[in-house]
This record gives sequence, structure tokens and C-alpha cells, in this order.
Amino acid sequence: MGIRERLSGNEAAAIAMKQINPDVVAAFPITPSTEIPQYFSTFVSNGQVDTEFVAVESEHSAMSACIGAESAGARAMTATSANGLSLMWEMIYIASSLRLPIVMSLVNRAVSGPLNIHNDHSDAMGVRDAGWIMLFSENNQEAYDNLLMAHRIAEHKDVMLPLMVCQDGFITSHSIENIELLEDEKVKAFVGTYHPEHYLLNDKEPIAVGPLDLQAYLFEHKFQQGLAMKNAKKVIADVSKEFEALTGRKYEFFEKYKMDDAEQVIVCMNSTAGTAKAAVDELRAQGIKAGLLKIRMFRPFPAEEVATALKNAKSIAVLDKADSLNGAGGALFEDTISGMYVSNIHVPTVNYIYGIGGRDTTVNDIKKVYWDLQEISNTGNIGNPYRYLGLRG
Amino acid sequence: MTEDTINNKTPWQDLTIGGNIYTAGNAKEFKTGDWRSSTPIFKPELCKQCGLCFPVCPDDAIPVNSDLNREDFNYDACKGCGVCAKVCPFKAIEMQ
Repeated sequence: MGIRERLSGNEAAAIAMKQINPDVVAAFPITPSTEIPQYFSTFVSNGQVDTEFVAVESEHSAMSACIGAESAGARAMTATSANGLSLMWEMIYIASSLRLPIVMSLVNRAVSGPLNIHNDHSDAMGVRDAGWIMLFSENNQEAYDNLLMAHRIAEHKDVMLPLMVCQDGFITSHSIENIELLEDEKVKAFVGTYHPEHYLLNDKEPIAVGPLDLQAYLFEHKFQQGLAMKNAKKVIADVSKEFEALTGRKYEFFEKYKMDDAEQVIVCMNSTAGTAKAAVDELRAQGIKAGLLKIRMFRPFPAEEVATALKNAKSIAVLDKADSLNGAGGALFEDTISGMYVSNIHVPTVNYIYGIGGRDTTVNDIKKVYWDLQEISNTGNIGNPYRYLGLRG
Repeated sequence: MTEDTINNKTPWQDLTIGGNIYTAGNAKEFKTGDWRSSTPIFKPELCKQCGLCFPVCPDDAIPVNSDLNREDFNYDACKGCGVCAKVCPFKAIEMQ
């Protein structure tokens, strides 16, 4: 029945990595992810893992080292955050296009500038089209659980894509909360050993990885990547079911919180879902039919499933913790409404940019969104669809 | 997979993931000489087989036979850099 602990999100991620015991971890310290490689390097020094820890000189090199290790046939992991992910950017695409199932723990925070180190999702949104599976986590438990499921998903033969597990910087990464850990041997059995079909260190089959891929080939290879991302949906569902059987903790593409009869619905990701649940509970006590749809699987995006889940709502607010600065709404908003449109589901939907640069988003802020949604439901008037929550002025 | 089974007509279903090539020694199948900038012409009547040209070739464009004599250029590999012509003391290589 698991091990009851209390850990920060960073500690939870580091312990997941310890239990996974990957062959290689390559990382460069960047706040607030710094603690994850720091804790992990302690496990290495103490002989608690067999991992080769590569202390690289930059995040570009961290991802490059993971690519090299994974190509060689090893199971490689890394952890980063914000501008660290930005510096990896070139290699992020190489990792996914070479179909290397590297797993990353990403602690979400603002990509500067002006200089800010606090939580928002601008780092993750910068790589949303890079071909990585992206799982978002409400709290330390989900960050831990998603990491334990990561390799099973990424390394599946129908997938073979890298995967990042996101959690909110500081709000989750540095908050100590209760958590239930799995026993080491159960994790080991669940995650299993990586047996790549083709790898560079196989002396029985010399191969070339990452060759020139010009006009005659790249198109088809990108199509293959897209197909693998579609395949990932079934694999994520299957692995999550198996994980539920093991732990009792249920994970789906998204969590539906009080959605059965919900009329006013918020769609959001990561820690804000916890705040929104408190708001939903308070509003429900007042007879307001508030509901929450928390996206766990952002890539691949469950467009059809999200649309179906939202079809009975009277009004919807999609909360984006990163502004796409395009004058037309954030990334989660765009994905949600395009999924609805394609499924021919038309519900008044607005976008709120919120929490930028670590701006606190309280239960009252979320309640204000629900009240705005009630107004939209009552009047049928959407007004400005591109809104900012808690902006001064 | 070999170069015989994958070409620019191969459907996506039959391409290896990531463009991986599961055979060794395939670089020679890639004809880089097609973007040669200028062309060295070998003049065997002027060549003394002194052996200065082929070590300076940055690619593999000057074949050497078992008698250690150079042969005519392998234009599949030559980029036309002209280093061989520069180093030849006997004007046996002319760049065109």
C-alpha cells in the first residue's frame, strides 16, 4: 500500500528518477529544476543508482548528451526549466525527430525577459510543436506518477518519442505536500528494462543515426512522427490503466472535476487545477454548476475527447499560463476551440491569460472567471474573448 | 534496409524511423561530387607519380591502385577544391 511521505515536487521528481534508475542523466543546473539534478547527483554519489551522471556545461549539451546516450541504446533522462529549455531548443527537435524516447522533468517557469524566474508555462509552450509528448501535473503526486509512466509510454514501439513531465515551478516544485510513493521493486517491475530494437552500440548491426534527410524524405519522416504522436494516445491510456491497477490512482487524458452537469466550465493545466477545484467546491455549495476540465495530456492533444467532454457546457473559459502574444489567444485556448470546431461543437468560449511570471492566482480569481461565465451564459454575449485575469489597469 | 530498398519513391510506411540506416559503410553511396564547384583534369602524360596529390585530397577523389600509382579522378567524391592542382609540381592537374 505504498509509502506515505511528504516531499516537494522537485524531491518527488528526483525520487522517481532514482527508482527508475536510468542509464544516463545529463543535466545543467538551472533554477528551480536545479534541485532535481542536485538530489539525483547525491543518489549517484551515494551509490543508490547505477546511473552515469554527466555534468554538462550547458542545457544544449545536456540534451545533446541525452541524444547521444539514447542513440547508443541507453535510457537517458534530464531535468530543466525555462531558459534552460530554451537553450536546449535546437536539440529538442533533434531528439524527437531521431525518435529517441528521452524523458525530461520540466519545471515550468517564465522564459525571460524581462528577467523573471517564477512560474508560468511559456517554456513548455515554446516547445509545444517540437514532437515531444507533454504530460502536465497538478501536484507532486502527479509529477511523480507521470514520471513513473513516462518510459513505458515513450519507449513503446508504436511511439518512440521523447516525453516531458511538466509541473509548476515553485508552486509545485518547492511546496512540500503529502505523497504516496511506490516501493522501489514495484517501480522497477513496472518501468522494466529498455531493450531498443536498433542502437549504435550494437556491434551486430552497425547503423547510422540522423543522416541527411532532404526533400525526398523529411516530409514522410515528419508524417511518421505525427502518426507516432497519434499512436501515443492509446499507449498513454493503456499504461495509465495499468498504473491505476498497480496504485489505485486513476489517470486519463484529462480529469473531469464535477463535469457531469456542469454549465460553466474552466479548462486549465497544472497547479491551477487545484485552486480551481476549491473554487468549484465553493460555487457548487452556492448552487452554481461549475465544472473543471484539467488537461493532463497536452501533447498529443486530445482534441476530440476534450470537445466531447465540453459539449454540454453553457460557457467555457480556457486558462492559459502563457500568452502567445498573437492577439488571438493562448495555445490551450486555440487547441480547445479548434478541437470543438472540428467536432462541430459550438459553445461560447473565452480565453484568460493568467498567472504570468508567477503572479498569484487565488480561489477568488478563479471564482471571478466562473461569474464571468455565468454572465456569458445568461446574456449570450461573449464580449472580448481574449481576456486577462488579474491584470492591473 | 539498404539503399536498394529505400529511394525517393518509397512510401512513408516503408521508411525507417528517423531516417535511420541499418547498414554499415553507406557513406560511399552518397555522391557528393554533384555539387563540385570546379573540375580537376588529370593529365597522365605530365604526371610523375610523385604521390603529393592524393594525401592532400580532403575527400576520397584520387584513387590509388595496388602499384601505389594514382589513377584518374573519382568525380563522385570530388568537390573541386583545387588543393591537388595547387600541390602538383608538374602541372599534371588542371582546374576547369
